[in-house]
Amino acid sequence: MNWQPTTNQETRQLRAQMNHDIRTFFHQRHVLEVETPALSQAGNTDPFIQSFQLLNSIATNNTSRFLHTSPEYPMKRLLAAGSGDIYQICKVWREGEAGRNHNPEFTLLEWYRVDYSVQKLMQEVSDLLHALLPSLEKKDKKFTYEQLFLEKFDLNPHIAKHADIVKCTNTSIPSLETVDLDRQALLDALLTHCIEPDFESDCLTFVYDYPASQSALAKIRERKDKSSVAMRFEVYLGQSELGNGYQEETCYQRNKDILQSENIQRQKLNLENVKQDENFLAAAKSGIPESAGVAIGLDRVLMALSGINTIQKVINFPWDVA
Amino acid sequence: MATYNTSEFKSGLKFIMDGDPYTIVENEFVKPGKGQAFSRVKIRNLKTGRVIDKTFKSGDKVEAADVMEIDMEYLYEDGEFWHFMEPTSFEQHAAGEAAIEDVKHWLKAQEIYIVTLWNNAPLSVTPPNFVDLKITECDPGVQGNTAQGATKPATVETGAEIKVPLFVEEGEVVKIDTRTGEYLSRAKES
Repeated sequence: MNWQPTTNQETRQLRAQMNHDIRTFFHQRHVLEVETPALSQAGNTDPFIQSFQLLNSIATNNTSRFLHTSPEYPMKRLLAAGSGDIYQICKVWREGEAGRNHNPEFTLLEWYRVDYSVQKLMQEVSDLLHALLPSLEKKDKKFTYEQLFLEKFDLNPHIAKHADIVKCTNTSIPSLETVDLDRQALLDALLTHCIEPDFESDCLTFVYDYPASQSALAKIRERKDKSSVAMRFEVYLGQSELGNGYQEETCYQRNKDILQSENIQRQKLNLENVKQDENFLAAAKSGIPESAGVAIGLDRVLMALSGINTIQKVINFPWDVA
Repeated sequence: MATYNTSEFKSGLKFIMDGDPYTIVENEFVKPGKGQAFSRVKIRNLKTGRVIDKTFKSGDKVEAADVMEIDMEYLYEDGEFWHFMEPTSFEQHAAGEAAIEDVKHWLKAQEIYIVTLWNNAPLSVTPPNFVDLKITECDPGVQGNTAQGATKPATVETGAEIKVPLFVEEGEVVKIDTRTGEYLSRAKES
């Protein structure tokens, strides 16, 4: 049997140091470390994230439980209960996400800041990543989603006609069949195949103001030209996507509508319905404070720290040998 | 009909696309932070050998190809077909010109080749990396000339033309790398 870890001792030491540095960072800023359940009665309804399900176990009384894909729902319950600023370092699971940059089980750092704007949170993400990665010397780059598409394709992703996005995709990614792709999938393809590879390799790139259709649980803001954008950002180190942050949606009705619309979209995509988190919705009804939150993939940060370019080599026992 | 989902993609997986069998050479999973994931693959057409790029949306399905790679002994050619045999079952397969085109000059009776079968018919043939072949034609050897790198043309029993060092004689058996067509050494006496 190949029982040995895929990491070396140096990488293990770097991980321990990284975790220590993160805890110091948040301790100094008076952000409280918390824990929430990994195995919950409800799952993530996001149609593009698949939860692992534990089925028909005697211990769960013949109902299924879901391994969390992020601690978002219970951490927001803590916010609603008056926890104030909180962070968590935990393992999360996403079915089917495997590759050189993905392991179905991975480590997430997620934190929430009460009364923060998403801009202020972006600054804090930058502060943390620069503290963890002192070799990052270049100034961060910041682009709106719109700017990236205008510069690369002369295409406005918020108002372009579907046919024009299809045409752009066919020209830019000839290897992709575009017939059954909707607007979001086409934009996702252009972003991942054509725009991300252009990001500078040795600095942080922030992308913000996503299409409103990709808001997930982020607030939506109307702009002067009447188009709407999601108050969401992604942070990249080089071409590697490290994390995703929101101006958190605090309106109960909109949170409820999003979960329901996600399950409707699941149906369209022929995916199983996921039991929505009623506890989260009840907390939202009682009132989640205005806040901004973000989740960072720590295995990818460790890849940057160690200079190792496959995620399997920074995880002691990756999926295939776990 | 068996199908594969993109989450089962890995190198070596064989499937049918536009009527042709393909094998996955490289598979890369890409996903924006939120939203649609894709499998970007490099795939080789098993009929033409051409490698192309293809991007699948996660969750897409492809039809599995009934492709097998089997060790077989080469028997003979009859002018139209090249005949191979499975050494254990003695089952014989006739390969057409298209399947053996690239390896025609490396076919030697009783040698073992990897024959790729698609729907039970030979699709391609891969020779062993190293073969021992007899020189059937070359200029006489120059005794004492051991100049490094000096070579002369030679023809081997299977018809392939190779370059050999000057000291090699007609009738000798030499070891050849079929991937590069290069002479490696004199074959050891068996």
